[in-house]
Amino acid sequence: MPHIALPEGLPGIRSAMAFRPETAKPLNLLVETLLCGPHTLSPGERELIATYVSYLNDCYYCQTIHGAIAAAHLNGDEDLVKRVKADFAHAQISDKLKALLVIAAKVQKGGKHVQAEDVALAREKGASDLEIHDAVLIAAAFCMYNRYVDGLDTIQPRDEAMYRERGQHVAREGYVQVSKTYLPAEAATR
Amino acid sequence: MAHIALPEELPGISAGFAFRPETAKPMRELAHILLHDAHTLTAGERELIATFVSSQNDCYFCQTSHGAAAAAHLGSDELVKQVKTDFQNAAVTPKMKALLAIAGKVQRGGKQVTAEDVAQARQKGASDLEIHDTVLIAAAFCMFNRYVDGLGTWQPREQAMYDDMGKQLAAHGYLRPSR
Repeated sequence: MPHIALPEGLPGIRSAMAFRPETAKPLNLLVETLLCGPHTLSPGERELIATYVSYLNDCYYCQTIHGAIAAAHLNGDEDLVKRVKADFAHAQISDKLKALLVIAAKVQKGGKHVQAEDVALAREKGASDLEIHDAVLIAAAFCMYNRYVDGLDTIQPRDEAMYRERGQHVAREGYVQVSKTYLPAEAATR
Repeated sequence: MAHIALPEELPGISAGFAFRPETAKPMRELAHILLHDAHTLTAGERELIATFVSSQNDCYFCQTSHGAAAAAHLGSDELVKQVKTDFQNAAVTPKMKALLAIAGKVQRGGKQVTAEDVAQARQKGASDLEIHDTVLIAAAFCMFNRYVDGLGTWQPREQAMYDDMGKQLAAHGYLRPSR
């Protein structure tokens, strides 16, 4: 049971967002900008960073839903998502993304863990300043989302089909649009 | 030197915000709602939670700027120091101590928060909204702190600058740049 009286029938972060629609709005806008906005990294690549950090933080809900969204963006390749979580250095992703995942993992441990050499390596593999910035901020943001979801002890169903279906929905519609299905109507349209 | 080419002469998070205004907007809005908007916890109490978590994360810029904002609200530097070093013996309410205990757990990881921590806060008078916002403030500062340190931002050691920033933040909140 969640630590506080969250709206029933909603899993994970959705229950917390419906409890507090005022903070839900910037939380959804931030994730939408980072993961869905126009970018030189594809949405699938950015979702892989979010999934990996959520995995390191051991957040079941976030790693499963973002893993499903990543797979939806990557032609349904759930295997690739699993390989990135287990051992990204040997996964079928670009060298640039591998270097950005190294940075993301350092940020997960703490901002000061990121070294000039980590950044130099990412740059050598072709990462731009914006890509490095966003890898840092995606990792930092998921250190927030993961703690929010687990810190309230939200309901996190063990139901892979549900995550797969919702993952496709979010990949298609985006976070802000989907939030209108579970936020109180007034908050969703503000 | 910062890890990427951030706008010069802007300290801490201001540099990240100026580099990427698209993400700055929701981040500013989130901080403003959590720390500045009307609430049953005072702005000073919420700034103390932000300061404590930033201190646990060892982020100099965030703990100093939010410590200055807390001091501006509360009229006391000493209380801010007490909360950072030993909040159980600081001059804050038993409810705040219970909320700081929850924030400290969230800083280590969301799963560290136990039903007993929450029961204790409730027994000291905390509402569900206060518990929710404590968890989210602590979580959000695990983001802000990592953002500021992860980019290697410039963090001057100049107390007067932070005092000035703290007064600005206490008066106006987070929607606009404080300098």
